[in-house]
Amino acid sequence: MGEKIATREAYGKALVALAEKYPELVVLDADLSGATKTSGFAKAYPERFFDMGIAEADMQGVAAGLATCGLKPFTNTFAMFAAGRSWEQVRNSICYPGLNVKVIGSHGGLSVGEDGATHQCIEDFALMRAIPGMTVLNPCDGPEMMAATEALLNYDGPAYMRLGRLAVENVTDTVLDYKFEIGKGVMLKNGTDVTIIATGMMVQMAMKAAADLAAENISARVIDMHTIKPLDKEIVLKAAQETGAIVTTEEHNICGGLGAAVTEYIAGVCPVPVVLHGVEDEFGRSGKAPAVLEAYGLTPAKIAEKAKAAIALKK
Amino acid sequence: MGKCTNKELAIEATKARKLAVQMVYEASSGHPGGSLSCLDILTTLYFDTMNVDPENPKDPDRDRFVMSKGHCAPAMYPVLALRGFFPVEELHMFRRIDGHMSGHVEMNYVKGVDMSTGSLGQGVSTAVGMALAGKINKKDYRVYTILGDGEIAEGQVWEAMMAAAKYKLDNFCAIVDVNGLQIDGRTADVMPTEPKDKKFESFGCHVITIDGHDFDCIKAAFAEAATIKGKPTVILAKTVKGKGVSFMEDKASWHGTAPNQEQYMTAEAELDAYLKELEAE
Repeated sequence: MGEKIATREAYGKALVALAEKYPELVVLDADLSGATKTSGFAKAYPERFFDMGIAEADMQGVAAGLATCGLKPFTNTFAMFAAGRSWEQVRNSICYPGLNVKVIGSHGGLSVGEDGATHQCIEDFALMRAIPGMTVLNPCDGPEMMAATEALLNYDGPAYMRLGRLAVENVTDTVLDYKFEIGKGVMLKNGTDVTIIATGMMVQMAMKAAADLAAENISARVIDMHTIKPLDKEIVLKAAQETGAIVTTEEHNICGGLGAAVTEYIAGVCPVPVVLHGVEDEFGRSGKAPAVLEAYGLTPAKIAEKAKAAIALKK
Repeated sequence: MGKCTNKELAIEATKARKLAVQMVYEASSGHPGGSLSCLDILTTLYFDTMNVDPENPKDPDRDRFVMSKGHCAPAMYPVLALRGFFPVEELHMFRRIDGHMSGHVEMNYVKGVDMSTGSLGQGVSTAVGMALAGKINKKDYRVYTILGDGEIAEGQVWEAMMAAAKYKLDNFCAIVDVNGLQIDGRTADVMPTEPKDKKFESFGCHVITIDGHDFDCIKAAFAEAATIKGKPTVILAKTVKGKGVSFMEDKASWHGTAPNQEQYMTAEAELDAYLKELEAE
């Protein structure tokens, strides 16, 4: 583990770093460029940055129109407004025609903290995953976010990516032969008793949980599932076959997110116990981010507890 | 621009009206009312005003059109077919599971369509995006979009207009098909939108009000729009819903209803008679 950087910060740096290499990249924001970190791009490439005002629905539609003319638009706002407020524009103007627009949702999950429930989007994976053909990404740290941003520039089609507000520790930069590929999960730690499939900032917590479990002689595998859709079936099936129990962990409602995706798949091919860890179908509330996460059980201790529960369910 | 006489346009528009009614009749579903009301405008765009080439439908320099009131596929598809983008026979596949002529305007299977639409209020934003792309890519093309007068109750329409004005999209021209009716009745009763001209003007648009069935007025409006610099144009076109079929005219009930066989025969006879009259002129 290394330095700390928020994924939104890494994304903002990536946009600037990639701008010369990808001249078709244009960036749209809805009056949140300071928070979504597109302000760096706006300053460096003002002729390729468009502040569409507090009008998310229009922003997604304008991006669709730009994409029909060969540009590569990235739209930016909070996850709540990208996946929530403009869901139908994303579905009908971007996904249905299959246009090359990247919908970026910053400030995903409860770790928004103080702003409270109206801004803590815990439904974006479910909402975006339900759209036919949509790709859904949730990178866990800075280096992964930088790689994911470039991967999106090379991917022709609609995609949604969540960014986080909080600074998170780098965990992927020390992985041997790490290579970011959309739709391919990354095994960060091998293990034999249980597999923890984590996404976003829960990856760091899963690593901590695995270390704590090791102290109790429980061998936990940890998978960083940066792509929620399309799901990496191969790595999930292998985990089920080799460890016989799965825990999914996400900063998202347990309805419809990563846990649902894993369960939907594994139930039909290799049914093993799958215990879902996430927000238990309730709204968040205001507080300092770490306190909010603690209050809703999004902690390494809770993941470890779920891992033991999954192991206990093995036949 | 200026490729067709009014007589030629009237003939093409009447042929398109015949096909529109036929499509809805054969599919036993669809939207005849608003399709018939916007057909003189749409025919003028595709036959006279817009720079499009059926042999090269993806030409990056072409003018673009978005049918923001996407349910008016029975206007869009016949005009494209008559203009030569695909054979007229394909219109028989409208709304059929074994074909690609979907109920609302679709871009990936229907040649010549620039944007898939259907959910009201969304097409206009995509048209703004195309116009913005024209500025970014330093292209001279123009972008047109037709909205329904019921559709402008959607807040997104006004978001789009603010953006078009902000980015000074003088290559953007929206036409509102003011037929005064929507599904639930008179637009004035369902959700009043007057004064439309003042509303669009206050949103930073150049506004032109015309009779949407007078080809001289339609042509002149598009010509005027092309001369306006630094702001988008909105054409408020007064039209008659169901135009050209006597029993459909100015009746909200024909918004999304298919004619029965007898009604279809009557409609066809009326349009045929008008076509004959035009051709005899």
